This record gives sequence, C-alpha cells and structure tokens, in this order.
Amino acid sequence: MAEPADKKRGTNPEKPKPAGYFEGESMTRRTVFGLGVQAAGVLAVTPIALASVGFAIAPIFDTPEEMWEGVGSADDYPSDSYRQAVITIVNGVGDSGKTTVYLRRGSETLDEDPNEFIAISTRCAHLGCPVRFVKAAGNFICPCHGGVYDFEGKVIGGPPVRPLDRFQTRVVGNQLEVGPRYSVTNDLEPVRARDPGEFTGGIWEYLYPPRPTTAAPPS
Amino acid sequence: MALKLPVPAALRKPSKPGERSNGAGTNGAGTGDGNGKAGSPVVDTVKEGAIDVVGWLDERTGASPFLTGLLLRKVPKGTNWFYTLGSATMFAFAMQALTGVFLAMYYVPSATDAYDSINYLTNDVFLGEFVRGLHKWGATVMVILIFLHMGRTFFFGAYKYPRELNWVIGVVLLILTLVMGLTGYLLPFDQRSYWATIVAMNITGSGPVMGPYLADFLRAGSEFTATTLPRFYAVHMLLVPGLIIALIGAHLYLVVKLGTTAPPWLRADPKPKPLREEVVGPASGNGISGNGRSGNGRSGNGATRADEHDRESS
Repeated sequence: MAEPADKKRGTNPEKPKPAGYFEGESMTRRTVFGLGVQAAGVLAVTPIALASVGFAIAPIFDTPEEMWEGVGSADDYPSDSYRQAVITIVNGVGDSGKTTVYLRRGSETLDEDPNEFIAISTRCAHLGCPVRFVKAAGNFICPCHGGVYDFEGKVIGGPPVRPLDRFQTRVVGNQLEVGPRYSVTNDLEPVRARDPGEFTGGIWEYLYPPRPTTAAPPS
Repeated sequence: MALKLPVPAALRKPSKPGERSNGAGTNGAGTGDGNGKAGSPVVDTVKEGAIDVVGWLDERTGASPFLTGLLLRKVPKGTNWFYTLGSATMFAFAMQALTGVFLAMYYVPSATDAYDSINYLTNDVFLGEFVRGLHKWGATVMVILIFLHMGRTFFFGAYKYPRELNWVIGVVLLILTLVMGLTGYLLPFDQRSYWATIVAMNITGSGPVMGPYLADFLRAGSEFTATTLPRFYAVHMLLVPGLIIALIGAHLYLVVKLGTTAPPWLRADPKPKPLREEVVGPASGNGISGNGRSGNGRSGNGATRADEHDRESS
C-alpha cells in the first residue's frame, strides 16, 4: 500500500491503467477508497466498543457515599475489652452486605484518647476471612490460615501482612456511630482502605495504590 | 418442504477419481453401483430420497470435501486411546454448556435470591438435582480431562514444531476453564462459595500496582456489592464460554490442518537402507506431500525430514 502505485502499474505497459490514473500518483483510487471504508468501520465500532468497556469498568472509579450506622449508646462500650456490633457496609445484598465490628472505648493504658472509639474490622488482613476476638487470650484469631492479632489488631502471628482494618467512629448525642473502613500501617497510622493481602506504609503505598472506591482516611 | 427434492443425475457429485466408491459413505456419490440389485421399490425410493436431500444440501454448501477432510483424515500408526482425551474434554465442555443452559432457566443471579433459586432448582424441580449434579461434577471432570490431555500432549512430544501454536491455544483454554471453575464456584452463593470468592478476589488484589484495580473490577467496588454476583454470572455464562468455543474451533482447525503425531515409541526405522529403497521406489509419487506424514505410512514427527536428511547425506 505504501509503495508508489506507478511502480506497480506505470512500468507495466501491457496492463491497462485504472480509471483516474495520472502520472506520478502515489495512491490508486482503489487504495484511497479501501482505506476510507476501513476508517469508517473503525469510526463506527470505536464508540460502541469504548462505551461498552467503559460501562464494564466504570465501578472502579465510582466513590460510594459514606454510610454511618448507629450501634447503640457510647456508654455501653468498655475500654478493656471489645463488644460486637453488626453493621451494614453494602446495601441491597442481604446478609452478605453485613459485617461484624469489634468496638471499644480508647484505653488510657494504651495511650489512647478515652473519648475516641476503636472499631476493629473482622476482615482478616491475609485473605479476608472473618476473624473473631478471643477474650481469654485477648487476641483476634483467623480460622482460615491461622493469623493472630493482638488487642490493638497488630499482627503477632501467621500470614497477615498488616494490622486489622478499622472503621471510622463518631459520637452523635450519646449514640456511637460507625462509618467507612480504613486501613492502618504497622504503626497504626490510618491510610485509605486496602484489600486484604496488601501491605501498607512506605513504598507499599505506591505498589498498592489507593483506589477511588474507598473513602478518605480520618486525619 | 417435501421430503424428496429432485436432483438431476447430471448435477450429482461424481465420485473422485481413484476413490473407492463404497456407496453409503460418500454423499451423493455411488448411486449407480449397488442399486442394480433388485430391492423393494419403497426402500429404493426412500434411499433415493435421502440421497437427494443430502445431495441438495451438499451442492449448496460444498460440505462434503470439508467433512471428508475432517472426519476421514489420516492418522498416524500407533494412534491409541490416549488420543481421545482431547475429544473427551470437548464433550465434557459440551455437557457443561448444555446443562448450564438449562440451569440458567431457573437460576437468579442476585445476592438475595441466588441461594433460594439454587435450593429450589435442586430440591423442587424435576431432575433438578441430577442436572445440577452433572454440571457440578462435570466441571471437575473437565478440569481433570484437560490436564490429562495436556499431559498426553507433553509426554508424546506433540507440542513441538509445527504444533507450538496449538499448545499455546490449549494453555489459554486451560486458563479459561479454570476461570469457569472460579466464576461458577460463587454462583450457588452459600457460605463456602462466598468466602472462597472473597479469598480469590483478595488474591487478585494482592498483585502489585494493577491488582487493587483488578479486584475492584471483579467486585464492581471496594466491597462485595450487589453487582458482583451478576458480574461473575455474565463472565461465567457469556464471556468465557464464547471465548472457549472460539478457541476450541481454532484448536480443532489446527489439529485437522497439522495432523496428529505418532506416539514417541514409534520411531523411524533405525536401519535407513531398506527404508530408503522403499521411499525412492514406487512410493515416491506421494512421498513428500506435506504435514510431516511420509508416504509409507510410517508417520510422525520429523519422519519425512529424517528421510530427506538421509538422502542428502548419502
């Protein structure tokens, strides 16, 4: 297609010249129309294809609205142990949108503000199985692959790559409310929520980049 | 349409030169011989009618050379039961497709209704347990068969030149089959399938840089959302099966085009002399024609090339 057409046709005296031929043309009319039809085809297909792909991947860029849910009176939560509450983190999927949260008041022995509340997610930081708090040991234990977390949710055993996720909390009136999820680094610094299996802090913040589908962490 | 579609004898396809005209097997051909025997006129009419219908179709589709090349192609000596593993895998897939279509008539891909619909189709629908069982165990059977087929290909050396592309297509088919297993696992939406899928999506997310976005794409969000299950359902019953069917077509095309290999224990004759005499002799007329099959029926990988090498060195 790119080679000059007269090289093909002009030097061949037996072959009749195609309609519209002129000396020194670089493209035959047939080539021009062929390219034109192909371009038209690409133009016709591209918007449909792009729209379909965009339709399929749109949820990646969709930021869900923050959901806050009351879990009862703030006075009911001790600082030396956890109380469970069940909250809904996804609407419209029945029980599979609910999750258990372990809640307690900030503990002065752990250098925490007693007016703050800690809400630990039960989603294991290894692969997302549900952990449970074992009161006798004071640890969180995952049933799937043996991950163990201490009272603050820091990893003390097994395969998990970072401490347990947390949920934002606030007190409205005397009502304790639980909000969006966030992840923490090994020093319990809040960062945007990561999926289980993803490290946090340092270079990992770039290797596992924050996603638009998660809420901003508390400052 | 009428059963008997008249085709003038002149339009009927003649048998190919050199082909043994054995009557029933070849479409439209061989009407002349064998029919001279006296038979019941009804039988003859029916026979004639069937031949006419087949001939009518064949004339308009040109299918008979294609089908002859597909179904009556030559296979090497030593072809054995191990060579059926590929077909077995394909029939397992066909069974999955068939039972899957019927399961889709009862299944509801919604997080709140999926489990109930599975419960209903398993326990209340006539033969529901059987059809669902076929689909469930058939998935395992298909994965086992595809690995056995892969092992056969590997240990028989059938992935070597010129069949590397077919190996690559086969590996893609293997991955797609496993994707089918993964996406299908979620659909019953019981505790096991839910948590297994959570784990699978978190493994996806643990890939650096792209992983978190891929996991978001699979889930349609940062958590398991209302559209996650329909997403898996669409991938399971539309996207991946379409790809599998297309790639099976390409896989089979290459099998027919390139031919199959002889088993590795069948080698070219270690004594080249008598072999060379045979090839150079009367068999030389059809000796060099392609696809790695040599004329004397001692076929397989490189047999022809080995013969040529022998000839050059002498």
